[in-house]
Amino acid sequence: MQALYAQLLVGLINGSFYALLSLGLAVIFGMLNIINFAHGALYMMGAFVAYFLLNLGGINYWWALLLAPIIVGIFGMILERTMLQWLTGLDHLYGLLLTFGIALIVQGVFQNYFGSSGLPYAIPDQLKGGMNLGFMFLPIYRGWVVVFSLVVCLATWYLIEKTQLGAYLRAATENPTLVRAFGINVPRMITLTYGLGVGLAALAGVLSAPINQVRPLMGADLIIVVFAVVVIGGMGSIMGSIITGFALGVIEGLTKYFYPEASNTVVFVLMVLVLLVKPTGLTGRAA
Amino acid sequence: MPDTAIAEAPAKAATGGNILQVRNLEAWYGESHILHGINFDVNAGEVVTLLGRNGAGKTTTLKSIMGIIGKRAGSVKFNNQEIIRATSDKIARMGIAFCPEERGIFASLDVRENLMLPPVVREGGLPLDQIFDLFPNLKERLNSQGTKLSGGEQQMLAIARILRTGASFLMLDEPTEGLAPVIIQQIGHTIARLKREGFTILLVEQNFRFASTVADRYYVVEHGKIIDGFSNSELAANMDKLHAYLGV
Repeated sequence: MQALYAQLLVGLINGSFYALLSLGLAVIFGMLNIINFAHGALYMMGAFVAYFLLNLGGINYWWALLLAPIIVGIFGMILERTMLQWLTGLDHLYGLLLTFGIALIVQGVFQNYFGSSGLPYAIPDQLKGGMNLGFMFLPIYRGWVVVFSLVVCLATWYLIEKTQLGAYLRAATENPTLVRAFGINVPRMITLTYGLGVGLAALAGVLSAPINQVRPLMGADLIIVVFAVVVIGGMGSIMGSIITGFALGVIEGLTKYFYPEASNTVVFVLMVLVLLVKPTGLTGRAA
Repeated sequence: MPDTAIAEAPAKAATGGNILQVRNLEAWYGESHILHGINFDVNAGEVVTLLGRNGAGKTTTLKSIMGIIGKRAGSVKFNNQEIIRATSDKIARMGIAFCPEERGIFASLDVRENLMLPPVVREGGLPLDQIFDLFPNLKERLNSQGTKLSGGEQQMLAIARILRTGASFLMLDEPTEGLAPVIIQQIGHTIARLKREGFTILLVEQNFRFASTVADRYYVVEHGKIIDGFSNSELAANMDKLHAYLGV
């Protein structure tokens, strides 16, 4: 039974990363209409920025949680201003190819300097150790990742669904020309939205660093599953991405316990089934 | 054709000073040349109507003034400031508000969010209680999804939301299109009231019977040019010409 709970916890942790990453992808797709294949590379950059901050600047994990998303977010905004903005109105394929190319370049550069093996990033002292819950042993850091990711996901959902800024974002997703004619600087809002989505990826990277180590290909391994999560949840759906991210993490964890052979493919089998039954995803709307 | 006369001497001011001056305005959709040198003026406090058949260039004129047509040339001066090269967000912040023909109600926003969406660009916008006084239906439907409203209610919402912003120059594109007569009457009363409260309105209409109840002056648009213009007092004398222009 302990093994089941342990797999559930692993599933929830993976689900946290899926949710944070797919949330960023959903925000970016909703606003920019771009399938951001660079997301995995930007997640990896978040982990590397945390590593550099600690090893070069002596800046600890807590500051890295704040600074890495800002630094990588700014990098993302530069990418949007210099490259992605020119793809407005073009077929999705162009954005996909461009961001895929960016991902390959970024990963290639990091691989060139740091190789493929992982660099260690220590769990902060305050989150070391674990708790015996009776039915299982809970490593505190892993519990923190789940809770913090959930809080960040819900805060992002609140920002987009319940605030005036979110209303601007949702309206601009539908009709950017009219929103701009109301006096809102939509191009700037698009840049900031890309920065926000990228920042969420970088935050996931920082959270992941103490668990998975810091590796140039850490994002490449994850991004395909995250895209499956986004497709299942419904492209562009904020709450759909959060729920599906956590749910698929748990389903993957349970599969590891009950039928380990299928644990790497269960997400894709579910994606196929969802696409057959509801092509817009579980919570997506038809275009 | 009085085209040249209008280009050189647009219809006289009816009320305040000149607020909008459009000269040789040209616009393109891709390779299609839509406006071929539009000239007209709007004076402060007036309701000016652009009349014309479908595809004449009326909506494109409004969109060109608002800066939401990609390629345009000529001169558009608002309060003596050239805005032909300004982006639409900057134009809106100068005090011009646009209510599009398709109403532009956002499906992902409820009525309250739709109403509060345009930012206040300057002081003098109508407070919500006055807006609800003008459009009482909206108050009852604040939590409904914007696109669940009836056509008339959506039109009211589209007008209401730009009244909040403080913009004093309103451009309304076919506000009566597809609406029941009783709603058209209500829109007419609203426009008349807005005029009394000092708003300047540039209206695009095909329904000149409706326009005649609110407009001070008319310009007739055909093939991307202004081909005629007259004041409301000259309407009766120009009726035959107008019927010919509009094909009614």
